Amino acid sequence: MQEETLSPPKPPEQRDQVVIRFAGDSGDGMQLAGTRFTETSAAFGNDLATFPSFPAEIRAPQGTLAGVSSFQVHIADWDILTHGDEADVLVAMNPAALKTNLRDVKPGGLILANEDAFDERNLEKAGYETNPLHDDSLSGYHVLTAPMEKLTKIAVKDTGVTGRSVLRSKNFFALGLISWMFNRPTEPILEWVNNKFGAENPVARANVEALRAGFNFGNTTEEFHHTFEVAPAKLPPGEYANITGNQALAWGLVAAAKAAGLPLFLGSYPITPATSILEEIARLKHFGVKTFQAEDEIAGVGVALGAAFAGHLAVTTTSGPGVSLKSETLSLALTTELPLVLVDVQRAGPSTGLPTKVEQSDLMMALYGRHGEAPLPVIAAASPSDAFEVAMEAARLALKYMTPVILLSDGYLANGAEPWQIPDFDNLPEFDIKYATEPNGPDGEYLPYARDEVTGARPWAIPGTPGLEHRVGGLEKDALTGLVSYDPDNHELMTEARAAKIAGIANDIPEAEVSGPEEAKTLVVSWGSTFGAVRAAVNNATDAGYPAAHLHVRYLNPFPRNLGDLLAAYEKVLVPELNSGQLAALLRAAYLVPTVTLNKVQGEPFMANEITKKIIDLVGDPS
Amino acid sequence: MTTDTRYTRADFQSGGEVKWCPGCGDYTILASVQNFLAELDVDREKHVFVSGIGCASRFPYYMNTYGMHSIHGRAAAIATGVALADPSLTVWVITGDGDGLSIGGNHLIHALRRNVNLKILLFNNQIYGLTKGQYSPTSELGKRTKTSPAGSIDHPFNPVSLALGTEATFVARTIDMDRPHTTAMLRAAYEHQGTAFVEIYQNCNVFNDKAFQLLTGRQEREANRIYLEAGEPIVFGADNEMGVTVGLDGAKIVEVADVGMDAIAIHDPTMPNPGVAFLLSRLSHGPTGPTPIGVFRQVQRVTYGELMTEQIEAAKERNASASISDLVSQHGTWRVE
Repeated sequence: MQEETLSPPKPPEQRDQVVIRFAGDSGDGMQLAGTRFTETSAAFGNDLATFPSFPAEIRAPQGTLAGVSSFQVHIADWDILTHGDEADVLVAMNPAALKTNLRDVKPGGLILANEDAFDERNLEKAGYETNPLHDDSLSGYHVLTAPMEKLTKIAVKDTGVTGRSVLRSKNFFALGLISWMFNRPTEPILEWVNNKFGAENPVARANVEALRAGFNFGNTTEEFHHTFEVAPAKLPPGEYANITGNQALAWGLVAAAKAAGLPLFLGSYPITPATSILEEIARLKHFGVKTFQAEDEIAGVGVALGAAFAGHLAVTTTSGPGVSLKSETLSLALTTELPLVLVDVQRAGPSTGLPTKVEQSDLMMALYGRHGEAPLPVIAAASPSDAFEVAMEAARLALKYMTPVILLSDGYLANGAEPWQIPDFDNLPEFDIKYATEPNGPDGEYLPYARDEVTGARPWAIPGTPGLEHRVGGLEKDALTGLVSYDPDNHELMTEARAAKIAGIANDIPEAEVSGPEEAKTLVVSWGSTFGAVRAAVNNATDAGYPAAHLHVRYLNPFPRNLGDLLAAYEKVLVPELNSGQLAALLRAAYLVPTVTLNKVQGEPFMANEITKKIIDLVGDPS
Repeated sequence: MTTDTRYTRADFQSGGEVKWCPGCGDYTILASVQNFLAELDVDREKHVFVSGIGCASRFPYYMNTYGMHSIHGRAAAIATGVALADPSLTVWVITGDGDGLSIGGNHLIHALRRNVNLKILLFNNQIYGLTKGQYSPTSELGKRTKTSPAGSIDHPFNPVSLALGTEATFVARTIDMDRPHTTAMLRAAYEHQGTAFVEIYQNCNVFNDKAFQLLTGRQEREANRIYLEAGEPIVFGADNEMGVTVGLDGAKIVEVADVGMDAIAIHDPTMPNPGVAFLLSRLSHGPTGPTPIGVFRQVQRVTYGELMTEQIEAAKERNASASISDLVSQHGTWRVE
């Protein structure tokens, strides 16, 4: 490309971090523009975190507030924790995008608007009485406009793309302009376009031309004289990939199967925002994995349980409503004591709720949402890349303790991306999994419920093993023989044995760790995807002279064995959650600590600032 | 019963006390299955019985094989997982009219259409027995039970029609009391590659006694059992004086003398189109009159498990040396020094 030999008129301004948000109609290709910019920045070496946000409808009514889709990316030359509270740059492809995203733009931030879309009709749809680009309502921001549609039309006129398809390339115009502004090479984007569509495809040519036009527009238009540069981050040495939470989960499950030396079986049913785990694993058949798209959520976990009985590493993936449907089968897995991993990619509920938006409101359901006395291990991923390790850990616990395990992720982690330091796959820990092959009873019989003295787990004899024929089922079992037993004392004994097995896992997981200054008297406790925002808030408050410490709980059941002691060592315990206070209630119940809550249920992740303010209030309050 | 095999019936008895009501048809079916497996001479550990909830679903506990007594309605789904995980197993699903057709109807039809390698035995007693006598999805209209004191207003399923509607590759019906016929159906189901569906009319002598009297009573059975035999004209009665014709207006019971032997339908369960089998299944709904038993449909179609294995093997061949590292590097990586 010619234009890359041209240099911007002024040396770029160095920034240590920038938050850019692409916003437009859900058909405007904002997710694609954001993802391409992210990949380019990742390859360039920035640390980054992303936050895609889109409506539940595939195409909400065009131009409306409900139809706005956005993609925020935070790039930095240091190790960042969040996708950024506020955007430095907002790309607004239409008035609705401007209106819904303006509140998240930093005062004085840059707004880059597609002026062609600010016509009467779109302004009316967005509820503007006057054009915000021309009245003084945006005087607190730096506004730049470009006729993106007009210029895109001109740019693509010889590519063979016609009709309504012409304007589809305007996201590439915006991407070209932003690439110029942030001194990003366009080659990776061009390469991607040509690979995706084929270089000769008119769509590819149109996108290339629009990208070029956008880049050149920035380069030659006087108004756009300012560019920025964000240097590569100083991450620990190693090989990195940009990864979303769902991808990390999928790969973690495949890695877990390898570590266990077992085939992977995923039974699932499509549900937002968990579907892409099934999609990802479905294309990994060359690892010998079996995926089964079931007729419903119940069958999804049912086939998985059947596969577990037959000796596979069995997994089912879903979101909250699906967990409700699977709960009966979870209880069966629990009482038959078969290994199973249930992944709940949480979304805002109850019921269909806000299916594309984030919430942490399934914690209580994960712990208690089953009939009968039915405790099982629950663990949660803290970041997109952490989902890889958590997936392996969930599988390890399920197999070692012969129990279903619930892994909690959420919509923010599912779609958000960050750099992931790729582990050494050849040296991942191996799980020591052995099927039972010999009778274990005193008279040469097989006792399916004779427990391991250390773990409390029962042996796993799979169908096809001669001499170990046995039946499992939902009826209560005799503690040794596994035969149906209605004996009152036996039922109590089995209930206690199942609970003790799960409680004992506390001895097999790391102790919780506190990070922060010694003098801190306030502890902030997080779980799941709020890790980054909470850690950033604790750092910010401490830097501002309000020392606080941070404890992140990965294991929600059982809790780490030292958790109670750690909590007791602080005067105040703050628990920020994207729910109405579920972990806070659990901690109060378990350890009798007077937790302070900070709750948000807007379908949006925390901004670090929201938590920082609360910490400052708490630390600054002498009471 | 020949006994020159490794096994006798006792080898398939789990030793636990069988707890159905005295006189229940389930005892007869259990004996038929145990005898058949002994006769079959397949390694005992290769059989897996998966059931749901209901009287029939206690069945796996009484079989000295691998087994799972699972959740109401879910046996077909769980068994699908077992069968796909290990294709070398013979996976039997034991279900009932409530378990398989009411709460588990969805899993049943999907298992049938997918053609997973399952042998589904649906014990149809036209009543909820375990909960002590409520109408089921196969109870006849007007049936008075504890939950239908004024008579049932639920139009019942005909399980064979339902299975044929899903394009199941093997659909049969038998009667608990007819042990040789039950055994023949078990064998045909066992030998079929894919989902085999066998409806077994089963008498619940406590809550729905004599529901199948027309087919089991000494006086009535000869005039009402229509044995379907592949390649044979569909005739029945003491002297085969009755027969079945099939036309565009349905299958009809006729006197052979009235229409002549040439007009009588020749049974062909291998017809790709399930239409004629469906017409035969409509002859009796209940049973309210002469009722066909035997194999309605038996066609060959590749099984779900075979296709699954095929795709996995093909993918492995294309990516013979693929490791997880390769997977990640395809995704695009960069190095930080």
